[in-house]
Amino acid sequence: MCTYQTETVAVQGSGKGVAAWFPVTEATVYFDHPQHAAAEHTLNVDFLNRERGPSARVAVELTAASARALAQAILASLPPD
Amino acid sequence: MPHVADALTAQTIRIAGHGGDGIDAYLAQPLGEGPFGGVVVIHHMPGWDRWSKEVTRTFAAAGYLAICPNLHSRAGKGASPEDAAAATRAAGGVPDDQLVGDVDAAARHLRSLPSSNGKLGVIGYCSGGRQSFLAACRLPFDAAVDCYGAGVTGSPPSQAPVSFVPLIGLAPNLSCPLVGLFGAEDRFPSPEHVAELDGELTRLGKTHEFHSYEGAGHGFFAVDRPSYRVEAALEGWARIWEWYGRYLSS
Repeated sequence: MCTYQTETVAVQGSGKGVAAWFPVTEATVYFDHPQHAAAEHTLNVDFLNRERGPSARVAVELTAASARALAQAILASLPPD
Repeated sequence: MPHVADALTAQTIRIAGHGGDGIDAYLAQPLGEGPFGGVVVIHHMPGWDRWSKEVTRTFAAAGYLAICPNLHSRAGKGASPEDAAAATRAAGGVPDDQLVGDVDAAARHLRSLPSSNGKLGVIGYCSGGRQSFLAACRLPFDAAVDCYGAGVTGSPPSQAPVSFVPLIGLAPNLSCPLVGLFGAEDRFPSPEHVAELDGELTRLGKTHEFHSYEGAGHGFFAVDRPSYRVEAALEGWARIWEWYGRYLSS
């Protein structure tokens, strides 16, 4: 499957890349081929900062089950608005 | 696999792509005077990666001039294939016109080589399968291969980038014989998508052959991914050698 579908969300925060921390400005979320994970499809998230170039990126590839568990854990961890 | 020569040379070169943009391209050539047919290899959505270059060398080892343009070159010089692919995706993907321009530049480079016999094929995997069909409809080729390209028929997904539109309307312009290689368990393209394209090409009288492999889904050629299916891949490669042998020979 090659979905082309991508959710994009503006974010504020920091991510730790290969070299150092950097401010992240955008996250893309898509269920598609992983680069590294041993699964045919994964939930992929890229935290990006386009102004700093393509290498300013923190990437994760999660199985569908673990992505759902993570999403619930994030929501459970956040204080109410 | 045809075997012409053990010796080949492979390297990254710089070509003027769409709009005159400088882009990287991986060029692999069998050594010898030729004349050789040529193949433009369109890489998959995960990027201009090691496997894509391996495929390009495989064509050279079989006696074809082969070139794989880096469709993500504009993401930034020196970026890793993975980062360039992610940046390109975040920016909305590769626009169709840009793809055609880059493939045209790669094709012209192959034709300019002294050992070229003037005949050219195109092949693409995953998103490159769709782009192979696109290129074969908008550029002159002698043979084309679509490996599980989604989005030629059917409706685009709701969040698809603007550049992503179905290509079925271009089918009357298909410039060359097409072989399609698909996984029967793929959902994108689904067997229904494949059947729709098959029917339209038949209606138009376009020379084509479609093969769908049981037990295989999307990406069955990719040897470095869990989607690899050895039987489908070996059968698929046999169809590729047969197709190019028939249409790209001197």
